[in-house]
Amino acid sequence: MGSISLQKVSKVFGEAKVIPSIDLDINNGEFVVFVGPSGCGKSTLLRLIAGLEDVSGGKVVIDGKDATDAAPSERGLAMVFQSYALYPHMSVRNNIAFPLKMAGMPKEEIDKKVSDAARVLNLTDYLERNPRQLSGGQRQRVAIGRAIVRQPSAFLFDEPLSNLDAALRVNMRLEISELHQQLKTTMIYVTHDQVEAMTMADKIVVLNRGNIEQVGSPLELYRSPRNLFVAGFIGSPKMNLISGDYAKSLNAATVGIRPEHVSLSTESGDWRGTVTVAEHLGSDTFLHVNVDGVGPVTVRAGGEFGVKHGDTVFITPDKSRMHRFDDKGLAIPAAA
Amino acid sequence: MARKVTTRRKLVMTAIAWVLGLMIFFPILWTFLTSFKTEADAIASPPQFLFFHWTLENYHEVQSRSDYFKHFSNSVIISFGSTLIGLIIAIPSAWAMAFAPTKKTKDVLMWMLSTKMMPPVGALIPIYLLFQSFGLLDSRIGLVMVLTLINLPIIVWMLYTYFKEIPGEILEAARMDGASLMKEIAYVLTPMAVPGIASTLLLNIILAWNEAFWTLNLTASKAAPLTTFIASYSSPEGLFYAKLSAASTMAIAPILILGWFSQKQLVRGLTFGAVK
Repeated sequence: MGSISLQKVSKVFGEAKVIPSIDLDINNGEFVVFVGPSGCGKSTLLRLIAGLEDVSGGKVVIDGKDATDAAPSERGLAMVFQSYALYPHMSVRNNIAFPLKMAGMPKEEIDKKVSDAARVLNLTDYLERNPRQLSGGQRQRVAIGRAIVRQPSAFLFDEPLSNLDAALRVNMRLEISELHQQLKTTMIYVTHDQVEAMTMADKIVVLNRGNIEQVGSPLELYRSPRNLFVAGFIGSPKMNLISGDYAKSLNAATVGIRPEHVSLSTESGDWRGTVTVAEHLGSDTFLHVNVDGVGPVTVRAGGEFGVKHGDTVFITPDKSRMHRFDDKGLAIPAAA
Repeated sequence: MARKVTTRRKLVMTAIAWVLGLMIFFPILWTFLTSFKTEADAIASPPQFLFFHWTLENYHEVQSRSDYFKHFSNSVIISFGSTLIGLIIAIPSAWAMAFAPTKKTKDVLMWMLSTKMMPPVGALIPIYLLFQSFGLLDSRIGLVMVLTLINLPIIVWMLYTYFKEIPGEILEAARMDGASLMKEIAYVLTPMAVPGIASTLLLNIILAWNEAFWTLNLTASKAAPLTTFIASYSSPEGLFYAKLSAASTMAIAPILILGWFSQKQLVRGLTFGAVK
C-alpha cells in the first residue's frame, strides 16, 4: 500500500506562508512529480509528507491513517536526497543496511536484502567501498538502494538528479522509471526540470508560490493547460504567449501557440517575420523569429531547415491547437 | 622580478617565525636545562647555557620529597574525567544548537562563553563554601566537577562549530531510515564528528591538566594534581630554582608528549574547524 492524501495542508515559516493550503490525493503505485520553479514550495511539500517538517495546519494521511504527528521513521516512507546524504563513514554495504539495522532485522536477512538490492542497482562490486570512492551516479544508486531495501510504502525523491551531469541524468531517469515499473511502489519525485516531469510522471503536480496550479497526466497538461503559468512551464521550448491586438482579435487577453504547432514556409503564410537566431540541433531547428505585428515567436522547424539570421520566414499557426487565456490568465475553453 | 621579491619575503617571514617560535619555546627550554643544574648554578650570574655540571640530583630530591606518581595520577583522573563528562553533556547540547536552533540559540552560546569572561576568583568564595559544606574539598570528584563546569562552554562551542559543518541532510536521512534521536547521534553524528570530537578532547585535557587556579585553591594534598606539586616548590622558605624546574619538567612532560603525538588533531582543534 502507498496512498497519500494531503488535506488542507499548510506551512508557515515565521511570517512567510510557504504553502497556503493544499489538497492532494496520491494513489497507490502512482509516479507523481511535483514540478515548479525554485521557491515554489515543492521541496517543502515533500518534506511535510516525509515528516521532516511539521505541518502548520491540515492533515497528512498515509494509507488511510492520520500521520500528521508521526515521526519520519514511523511513516514507512523512504527518501532520496539531492545531495545523496550517504553516511560517509560507512561502506556501501553498511549504508544500504542501515535502515534494516535500525529496524532490528536479523543479520542473515539484512545480508540477503543488501545483496539483492546491490544486484538490482549494479552495485555488487562496490559494496565494500566508501561513498567517497564512488562516482556521482554510483552514489545516487547507493542512495536509491538504501531506500529500496526496506520496501517502503512510498519513495520520496528530492531533486535526485540535479547534481549529475547531463548524460548521466538521462540514464538515471530511465533507471528510476524502470525501477518504478519493477517495484510498482508509489513514488513522489520533486524536480524543477519539466523534462523530467514529462518523461517520468504518471501524474504531474505543477506548483507555483505554494499553490497547486494544475494536476494531471503529462499529456493533459501539455494539451490543455489550465492557466498561463502551466502553459508557460510545461513544454520545451516554451509556448509562445502573445498578447495585444492579435489576441484581442481572437477575443482573448493572451493567446498561446506551441513552437511545434505552426507550419513554416519561406514563401507565404499568415505571419511574416525575420529570423533573429536559428538554433540547429540536427534533429530539430528552433527559430527565434520577430513577427511583424505579433512580436518575438519561437518555432520548431525540421532538422535541416536551412535559414539563418536575417532571413524572412512565413509562419502559419495551427488555429485548432491555439490556447486562449482571459485577463486573469485562465484558459478559455475552446469555443463550441 | 616578482619572484625575487617573493623569495626574499619568504626568507624574512621564515626568520620572523623562527625568532618568535624560539622566544615562545625558550622558557620551556630554560626550565628543562635548569632542572639539570645544581641550585648554585641555577642562580649563577651570568647564567650558564650548556656548560655547567649536569646532575640528576634535583629529580631524586623532588621524588623523595613528594610522591610524583600520586600527583600524576590525580592529574590524569581530573583532566580525563572532567573532559569525558564534559563531552557527554556537550555532545547532545551542541547537537541541539547546531541542528535544531531556535531564535535564542546564539544568545545561549554567547551567555555560555560569557562565563569565561568573568574572573574565576569572583566565584571562589561561593564555590569554596559549597565544597566545604558538601565535603568536596581536596577530593578528586570535586575537582572533576569544577573543571567540567569550567571547560564546558569551550567544549560546547568547539563541538557546535564542528557539528555545523555536517550537512543536515545526512541526519535527516538517518531519521527517514528509522533511527531514533539517540541512534542518530550514536551511529551517524558522532562517527562523522570524530575528528572534531578528538581535537576537542585533546584540547580540553590540556586545558584541564594546566588548570591551576581551582586545583590550587580547592586541594591540599590528597587530590592535589601536578599543578599543586609544582607550586609546592615555590615555598616561603626560599626559591629553589633547580628543584622547581625539575618539578615543572616532570609536570609538563606527559602533556607535552601527548600534545606532540596529536599535533595534527590539535591544530585542527585550535583553528576551531576553520580548515577541513
